[in-house]
Amino acid sequence: MISKTPVSLITGASRGIGRAAALKLAQTGHELILIARDLIALEQVQADCQALGALVSIYAVDLTDRDAVTALFRQIHTALQDKALSHLVHCAGQMQDSLLAMTRLTDMDKLMALNVGATVQLCQLASKLMLRHKTGHLLLLSSKVAEAGSAGQAVYAATKGAVSALVKSLAKELGPTGIRVNAVAPGFIETDLTAHYSEEKKQQLMAQISLRRLGQADEVAAAIGFLCSTDAGYITGHILAVDGGFSV
Amino acid sequence: MSNELIQTNTAKLTTAFATALVVADTQIHDDLAYNSIKEWDSTAHMLLIAELENVFNVMLDTDDIIDMSSVAKAKVILSKYGVSF
Repeated sequence: MISKTPVSLITGASRGIGRAAALKLAQTGHELILIARDLIALEQVQADCQALGALVSIYAVDLTDRDAVTALFRQIHTALQDKALSHLVHCAGQMQDSLLAMTRLTDMDKLMALNVGATVQLCQLASKLMLRHKTGHLLLLSSKVAEAGSAGQAVYAATKGAVSALVKSLAKELGPTGIRVNAVAPGFIETDLTAHYSEEKKQQLMAQISLRRLGQADEVAAAIGFLCSTDAGYITGHILAVDGGFSV
Repeated sequence: MSNELIQTNTAKLTTAFATALVVADTQIHDDLAYNSIKEWDSTAHMLLIAELENVFNVMLDTDDIIDMSSVAKAKVILSKYGVSF
């Protein structure tokens, strides 16, 4: 008998949007495979999701270690047995605030390796698992700045622009095999990535947001929950802004 | 390696190709090459890789996926993963 329980792999699951996505999908009956670097934080999220009734396995991996990621997918392949991987929810990423002239190229390489290189590899490996069942969903995290740009975040915005381009291209490439590809594009969300913003900067940002407040990780997770539901079965190649009207 | 196992693997390979390319088993022979028939296009190639990985319980490296240009080549590549033909 084929299990109807969707299996979702979430990266960056130890905190922020990844953690919120894990809790959201746990609530809606998904089996979870959670990935992050911080094993202790991951164990806590695992316990929180299990308390919601979800079956949860966790793996501590640095996603910029390509051999480790390949090895991880070998493990997941074995663990899944005949079950399909339903969703890849790739939340892991890094932000970098620096003006162009003050951007070290070594820092750029690190950011590209995580935000772009790891994303490509994860899509490659996850889609191969999905192809076996001719169904699946790759859900990536882009950003409002990918489309609008952001002074002082040029390289970060470029990495997120690459993610958006990847979504559009992979939706066309993988659609015929039954795999959907989408992204959510958060605006300014209160997470660890934005925790260093001063109160003054937050006030300036809020003045530009239609809803006049910063977003919460739960609100992005709600959009992720929808895109990972059967209600979104005909949606692919879409980048869903979750930005309080910042892009209006 | 027993002849029986080799025959089994050959049969599994043939079935995997036929399933992924949606063609008859009789169309699968060593000389069959990528893009030589309309059924073995780039999309079918992805499905073929998934099918082979599933049937033989292996995970192919990207270089091997690119190099898998014929049925004969598939046998050579799968041999590297411990599958005998």
